[in-house]
Amino acid sequence: MNHIPEKTPIQSSNSGRQGNWRIVLAVVALAVLPLIFVRGEYGGADGEAEAAITEIQPDYEPWFGGVFEPPSGEIESLLFVSQAAIGAGVIGYVIGLYRGRTERKQADWER
Amino acid sequence: MQKNHRLWHLLAMFGLSVYLVFGAVHPAQAMHIMEGYLPVGWAVFWWVLSLPFFVWGLRSLSRITDEHPELKLLLALAGAFSFVLSALKIPSVTGSCSHPTGTGLGAVLFGPSVMTVLGSLVLVFQAVLLAHGGLTTLGANMFSMAIAGPWVAYGIYRLFANSRRQKFGIFLATALGSLVTYIITSIQLALAFPAASGGFIAAFAKFAGIFALTQIPLSISEGLLTVLVWNWLRSYATDELQTLKLLRPQA
Repeated sequence: MNHIPEKTPIQSSNSGRQGNWRIVLAVVALAVLPLIFVRGEYGGADGEAEAAITEIQPDYEPWFGGVFEPPSGEIESLLFVSQAAIGAGVIGYVIGLYRGRTERKQADWER
Repeated sequence: MQKNHRLWHLLAMFGLSVYLVFGAVHPAQAMHIMEGYLPVGWAVFWWVLSLPFFVWGLRSLSRITDEHPELKLLLALAGAFSFVLSALKIPSVTGSCSHPTGTGLGAVLFGPSVMTVLGSLVLVFQAVLLAHGGLTTLGANMFSMAIAGPWVAYGIYRLFANSRRQKFGIFLATALGSLVTYIITSIQLALAFPAASGGFIAAFAKFAGIFALTQIPLSISEGLLTVLVWNWLRSYATDELQTLKLLRPQA
C-alpha cells in the first residue's frame, strides 16, 4: 500500500478530493478489464434483446418504426459524442464556477 | 475513513475479478427498450403509469426553482450528469456494451421526482435524435430509468443520510439505482413477452441475463463517478448542499 503525503492546509480543507484519482482509476479499470479478459463482439446494434424477443415470439413485428434514424453509424456516434460533450461542458462550467466562487470567498476571508 | 475507502476499492476489485472469471460470455445489448418493441397494450400501460410521476416531477421542479432560484445551476449539473453518463456506452464483462443512467446523483440531491423530469428529457433526446429507445416505449423506459431507478437510489440514500457513512450510502444508492433500472427493463420485457415454456420467470431470466448482468460493472462505475462529483460538491458547493438539507424532508 502506498502512502499519500500530507496535503497542504488549503487542500486538506477539501478532504473529499483525496480519493478522487483512485475513483477515476477504478472506473477506467472497470471499462478496460473486460476488453482485455473477455472476448466479445461489443456489438453496436440493439441486437440481442431483439433476438431474444424474436426467439420467444417469432411472429412479433415492431409496430412503430421510429421518427428519425441516424443515416449511418458515424452520424450516430457524432450525436452520442455531442450528447456527452454538452453534458461534460455543463458539468465543467458549474464545478468551475463553484470552485472559483469558493476560492474567492476564502481569499476575501483571509484578507 | 481513508482506510475504509481503500478496503472498499479492494473489495470492488476482488468482486470484479470473481465476476470476470465466472461471468457468462455472450454478446448482449443492454439498453432501453427499442422503438415498437412493446405491444400496444403494454406501451400504453407504462405511459399511463409514468405520466403522473412526470407531472409530480414538474411540480416539485418548479417549486424548487421558485423557492431557491440559486439552485438552478446545481439542477443543470444533475441533468448534465445524466446526459453524459447515458451517452457513454461502456464495455462490460458480458462482452457487450451498455450505458449507466446518471439519475442517482440528482435523486440524492433533489429527490426522485425531479429526476423523473430530467431523466425523461434525456430519454426523449435519445429516442428522437439517436434512434435509441423510442417514443412508443418512452413510458416504459421512463418508468425504469426516470422513476424506479431514482426512487430506489433515493430510498437507499435515506437509510444512510444521517449516518457517518454518507459517502458509502451515495455509492450504494446510485449503483443500485442504476442496476434496478435494467432489472425493471427485464421485468417489462418479460411481462410483454413471457416464454412459451416457463412463462414470465423464464423470460425474465433471459432478459435479465442480457440487461442486468451487463449492467453490474457499469453500476459500480456509476456509483464511483457519482461519489467523484459528490466530492467536488462537498468541497465547493457547501452553500447549495446546506440549502438542500432544508429541502430534503419535503421531497
